[in-house]
Amino acid sequence: MITLTHYLMLAGILFAIAVAGIFLNRKNVILLLMCIELMLLAVNFNFVAFSRFRGLLDGQIFVFFILTVAAAEAAIGLAILVVLFRQRQSINVEELDAMKG
Amino acid sequence: MDGMATVLTLAELTPAAAEVFLAAAACVILLVDTFLPEKRRGWTFLLSIAALAGAAWVTSLIAVPERSVALYGHFVADPMGTVLKLFAYGAAAVALLYSRDYMARRSLLRGEYFVLALFAVLGIQVIVSAGSLLTLYMGIEIMSLSLYAMVAFDRENGIAAEAAMKYFVLGAIASGTLLYGISILYGVTGTIRLDELGAAVQGPDASSIGLLLALAFIVVGVAFKFGAVPFHMWVPDVYHGSPTAVTLFIGSAPKIASFALAMRVLAEGLGGAVDAWQDMLIVLAVLSMAIGNVVAIAQTNIKRMLAYSTISHVGFILLGVLAGNAVGYRAAMFYTLTYVILATGAFGVVLLMSRKGFEAEWLDDYKGLNQKSPWFAFVMLLLMFGMAGVPPTVGFWAKVQVISAVLNVGFTWLAALAVLLSVIGAYYYLRIVKLMYFDEASGREALDAGGGFRFVLSLNGLAVLALGLFPGLLISLCGYVLP
Repeated sequence: MITLTHYLMLAGILFAIAVAGIFLNRKNVILLLMCIELMLLAVNFNFVAFSRFRGLLDGQIFVFFILTVAAAEAAIGLAILVVLFRQRQSINVEELDAMKG
Repeated sequence: MDGMATVLTLAELTPAAAEVFLAAAACVILLVDTFLPEKRRGWTFLLSIAALAGAAWVTSLIAVPERSVALYGHFVADPMGTVLKLFAYGAAAVALLYSRDYMARRSLLRGEYFVLALFAVLGIQVIVSAGSLLTLYMGIEIMSLSLYAMVAFDRENGIAAEAAMKYFVLGAIASGTLLYGISILYGVTGTIRLDELGAAVQGPDASSIGLLLALAFIVVGVAFKFGAVPFHMWVPDVYHGSPTAVTLFIGSAPKIASFALAMRVLAEGLGGAVDAWQDMLIVLAVLSMAIGNVVAIAQTNIKRMLAYSTISHVGFILLGVLAGNAVGYRAAMFYTLTYVILATGAFGVVLLMSRKGFEAEWLDDYKGLNQKSPWFAFVMLLLMFGMAGVPPTVGFWAKVQVISAVLNVGFTWLAALAVLLSVIGAYYYLRIVKLMYFDEASGREALDAGGGFRFVLSLNGLAVLALGLFPGLLISLCGYVLP
């Protein structure tokens, strides 16, 4: 029997992987965007699980909004990435260090 | 949940009329701009100012002294929201006015800039009027997505793209963290409406482990959006890397949204758990005031210096919020509105000093400003005194109020520390005054800003003095909306 706890554990693990991915990854900006998506999907898991097990509908509606916003966010993120690549000819995270102080 | 089989009528949307108006206006302006020839770009600017004025008119038209809701309680209109929105329109309009010449000289004066600014204001309106966590999230994203694009607006500028990327990634992490907290809060309480949440989080329930976990994530998200230490990494880079006009925009109106976010989530939704979030905010406030003020001293770039100064001011705003009572919230609101006026003016002076191909972003560029323009040196003096909290400017009253708010709830050590750190902070503001009045100018270039810009910037500087001499008006306004 799969209980609410299982879903929450899975969502927690996904969220932790996403956060770890953001802070450990030093190579590629696209990986950052993927980690951000994973983070939002972990949240969606939480919402759907709570919604299902508590018999409430709001959580599922919230998920629709998160999915839509995530798409818009990815569009903006990729657009910034393209601008950045045109400037630097690179998407290496370690090279994002022009400003210091 | 409620029986939701009712049909939504237009009249029920009345509390959201200003948002509907601004969203429609922004779309119309985007369309009109597409058909305007390059040399008629001034029309887009005028239309954007008109849209903000129209939104202000609609907001004051529908303003009612009591709280009214729309969209099944997901949208709230109350006096606090009305005042915050009016200030946001004002700050945005002034920011657009200041940035017009700057953007035009760098061939950045395109219609998208104004439309993005209007959508950012729409996001601020939605945050300010949020009645549920869903509305709040939508508002944050509408505002943030517009701001990310504005930072990257100068596509030829490498550091702007880098700043935009950092802002985007850290902003997305902030949203993700906030959402994770919201999802747990939803699981624990079964509601996303802030008023129902406020009723559910009471008494012994307010310290359950699930709620504390949700609270920790939410406070981290709010701190990220505020730019409070230790979640401030994006602030200096975004302020430094953006075109100065965008830095001005980000530094002004969105601070109102951050304050509203803290008020809606922490004070309204989680007011019952005040003991739990008070401790977290104390840590954030102390670190922000300390690191903001100390690191600002080491900066040679005025945009970075003002970024660290923002971080320290965020610490002071959090002091008011963490008091957790009406007196504290009023003080925090007063501080936020004051800060918006000060930041708009300070970045306005940076824009005033910039010319084609020259960014007045180094502290040395301010040497001998008094010889070039005694009047604007005086305006900058007022703004710097205001930020440092020197009487008789309004910044003094802002600091007095937040410090007395924490004294009221018994945090004497915190008040003493805040006074000490604001004295340290005064050093780098007064250094600018010294550079302007006692150092020799390197060049003799005259300021070439237009008359409208000079006039509004003068008013902005004088407002700092006038509100400092007569603080009663703003104090009673904050007292009226937060009884």
